[in-house]
Amino acid sequence: MNAASSLHPVLALLLAPLLPGVINRIKALFGGRRGPPLLQLYFDLWKLFRKGAVYSRTTTWVFRAGPLVNFACLVAALALLPLGRVAAPVSFAGDLVLLAYLLGLGRFATVAAALDTGSSFEGMGASREVQFAVFAEPALLAGLAALAHATQSLSLSGMYAAWPAATLPVLALLGAGLFILFLAENCRMPVDDPNTHLELTMIHEVMVLDHGGVDFGFVLWGSALKLWVLGALLAGLLPPPATGHPLADLAVGAGWLLALAAATGAVESVMARVRLLRVPQLLVGAGVLCALGLLLTFR
Amino acid sequence: MILALVFLPLGAALAAMLIRLDRPRRVLLVFAAAVHFALTGACWLSPPACVSGAWLGLDPAGRLFLGITSLLFLAAAVYAVHSLGQSRGGRGRQTEADTGSVFVNAPEAVFTACLLVFLSTMTLVAASQHLGLLWVAVEATTLATAPLIYFHRQPSSLEATWKYLLVCSVGIALALLGTFLVVVAAAAADGTGGTLLVPELVARAGQLQPAWLKAAFIFLLVGYGTKMGLVPMHTWLPDAHSEAPSPVSALLSGALLNCAFLGILRAHAICAAAGLELFSGQLLAGFGLLSMVVAAAFIVNQPDYKRMLAYSSVENMGLMALGAGIGGAATYGALLHAVNHSVVKAGLFLVAGNLLAAYRTKAVAKVSGAAHVLPVSGGLWLAGLFAIGGTPPFGTFISEFTLLRAAFGRGYGIWAAVALLALTMAFVGLARAFLGMALGREPEGPVSRCEPWAVILPPLVLLAVSFGLGLWIPPGLQAVLAAASQLLGGGAP
Amino acid sequence: MSGVIEIILIFLILANLILLGASRLRNAIRIVAWQGLVLGLMPLLAHRDGLVWAAILLGAGSAGIKGFVFPALLNRALRETQASREIEPFVGYVLSLLAGVGVLALSVWFGSRLPLPWPPASNLLVPAGMFTVWTGLFLIVTRRKAITQVLGYVVLENGIFTLGMVLVEAMPLLVELGVLLDIFVAVFVMGIIVFNINREFDHIDSDQLAALKEGGP
Repeated sequence: MNAASSLHPVLALLLAPLLPGVINRIKALFGGRRGPPLLQLYFDLWKLFRKGAVYSRTTTWVFRAGPLVNFACLVAALALLPLGRVAAPVSFAGDLVLLAYLLGLGRFATVAAALDTGSSFEGMGASREVQFAVFAEPALLAGLAALAHATQSLSLSGMYAAWPAATLPVLALLGAGLFILFLAENCRMPVDDPNTHLELTMIHEVMVLDHGGVDFGFVLWGSALKLWVLGALLAGLLPPPATGHPLADLAVGAGWLLALAAATGAVESVMARVRLLRVPQLLVGAGVLCALGLLLTFR
Repeated sequence: MILALVFLPLGAALAAMLIRLDRPRRVLLVFAAAVHFALTGACWLSPPACVSGAWLGLDPAGRLFLGITSLLFLAAAVYAVHSLGQSRGGRGRQTEADTGSVFVNAPEAVFTACLLVFLSTMTLVAASQHLGLLWVAVEATTLATAPLIYFHRQPSSLEATWKYLLVCSVGIALALLGTFLVVVAAAAADGTGGTLLVPELVARAGQLQPAWLKAAFIFLLVGYGTKMGLVPMHTWLPDAHSEAPSPVSALLSGALLNCAFLGILRAHAICAAAGLELFSGQLLAGFGLLSMVVAAAFIVNQPDYKRMLAYSSVENMGLMALGAGIGGAATYGALLHAVNHSVVKAGLFLVAGNLLAAYRTKAVAKVSGAAHVLPVSGGLWLAGLFAIGGTPPFGTFISEFTLLRAAFGRGYGIWAAVALLALTMAFVGLARAFLGMALGREPEGPVSRCEPWAVILPPLVLLAVSFGLGLWIPPGLQAVLAAASQLLGGGAP
Repeated sequence: MSGVIEIILIFLILANLILLGASRLRNAIRIVAWQGLVLGLMPLLAHRDGLVWAAILLGAGSAGIKGFVFPALLNRALRETQASREIEPFVGYVLSLLAGVGVLALSVWFGSRLPLPWPPASNLLVPAGMFTVWTGLFLIVTRRKAITQVLGYVVLENGIFTLGMVLVEAMPLLVELGVLLDIFVAVFVMGIIVFNINREFDHIDSDQLAALKEGGP
């Protein structure tokens, strides 16, 4: 483990809130507005962490634990996560499964907290979240399995250590599949509208309506981290090969993440949200792309 | 010679589209049919030499099926010319008695042209020695007949046409896949040497790869079997036959099904030459027997007499498939049966057209006393019953007897017994309906009693041919049948 | 060369999957058109001797008919019939897609153990062809509209065309052109019938064409 590897989780924690800022700036640019400052989320977090939280009498410890468990899961995921060509601090054979399950556990905590409020809106959001996860998780696993098979490595750091040795079509398929997953898991445009004010159409936002103060701070920071985690999985598919300088590799990876955030902003600006009924189809589509990539590696 | 046979109807079709007057166009139709028949006769008398490597050639099997086609087409053309002039074939709004729906017929020029194109494509099927060309021709018959089935422009005809077009096109697409697989089977390891010429394939049969050939045969059987009306791919057949105008039904049943059968027989011949006789034969026989049993079940209590005839066609095609599958003398029987069934069934469909014109209904229950109302048609209807049932004076008896005797002789006793059972069942079902229609009381309402010679002569001649074949098979025909049977992997009795 | 073929085949597979999930008739027509256009490139690439006039003719003909003539025809039928723009499947889109992935896996497995006498231009050729044939049949069986059935037929034919690329050397061009002509006329006639079905029935739902069933009224 070198310095860059241990630097990455710290960098992620610090820089992740920048990603939503970039997305919002790009959207503002498309809309011809000035938009919020790049560092808006940092200001929000600063504000929220100084506040106390109000809890409904109907909620239990499950509700309070939700955001914290989710955040903890994502921080733990950071430890397994390579960025670009920089290896993760911790890596072992099969850590990709642990990563998928950490994301799943985080989702479970959020959903359980939402259900704990007893509110029908949040229950609805939770039900949607889980329904879509049913389609999204196999897609993620198929994509990671394709990479593992193409690179003959069972750890994430091993898979991304070099530019994955798969043919271009495979990389393109996996890239497209993971990009859809990236948008869906982070509640971005074709699946969920993060800016909507109509609870009926929300998925993620409606689940966290009742959180406030520090808890909401962790929710926001957590979703920024999730952007980072899934983005890093995608960024590793992109060139260039390792440069030899760990710090340069780290910078390239972070650059790709910012570019990804910009691309997300562009997608959000030009696309409309698809009907809720069609979301599973989109996710199955992502799964199909990943599965096709997996099939293509078997030759 | 062969090119003339193919292009003559095509040219006539083009002319039919251009001629604006009805009468010259009708004369043209009969004239083209007669010339085609004469040319076919010339081919029979002095067969054109088969050039090796040529895509077109009339071997005995091709000559046999071309002969049937040409004869039936002449009969249907004479009949069609009259029925086109008749009210049911003519212009203007008309009412269907069964459903009460109003319909308008297609323009006569289109009808005539499609009929002639149909003849041209069937000739091409009979004459092609190349599996790819054969495929193109069979698909072309589908396309040429679709407008014919949709002649009476009413919803039920449209439904029948759609089913026909879609089911047959998909079936034939699978046959194309089978054709490709033949190339794979024939090609050498470096990917060259694939061929689709039937004589070449038969000659080199020993070098073909058996696994690929088997796969190819399955696809070809399913593909052309759809067109031939083998169960369970027969679903289009009763609809199309009952909705098409009667001369077209006659051609579909008597000529088109045979053309598809020829495609299967060619594939079977290649398999037989490659030593896969048992595999392809048993598949063919199995489909044939299944068709016979299922069709017989549908014939009993069938309320629509044109559908009944259609199911009878399914049954008879099944019998032919059974015979060809069993091989040996049964192949000879099957080919003879193809001839007999074609003339009888075409004759019956033409008579059914007469009944339909008089009674304006296709329901068995609404037709009675036909023998009194239309003495000649009623008599022919009864004669046709005995002919299609395979009773002794008719040729069908000889062919069925030959076929089944060969089946017993070659150890297919149980198959033959089941086939006999199905034949009996079908005969009983047909007899019940036919007797009630021909005999029984005269209907009360007004019924047209007119029977001009043009609608009587064609079925009369066809049934007479069947009758004659029952008494004496000309040596020329016998020789062609034997040669064709040899060519298709069978033998002569 | 084989890299380009690979990309075309992947496009073919993706187009099939999109078709299985497509809900708009117009989109489906467009996808089939693209499929036909891209397939038109195949004869040029699959030929070992490089560019041959015959292959060029076949490719251009196929691309022209399937990429431009068919979509124009079908779009015209769609416009004139004023059919509703939804496809209305018997089997849902998601289920169709999942079935598609399953069949795709099966065809890759099957294609890998098929003992071809000679190596094809790409390992993916046979699986992609089989999958396309299956997609065509599946569309014909599970979709309600007559136009979708025509589309299914075209896709089925695309699949057979792809499989035919395995034997591009051995197949005489004349036959291929004949096949192309037949397909063209078939779709043409089908287009006319679709138009007529709408005129007679005021809909193009082929599942309601059931008057001629055995035992029906």
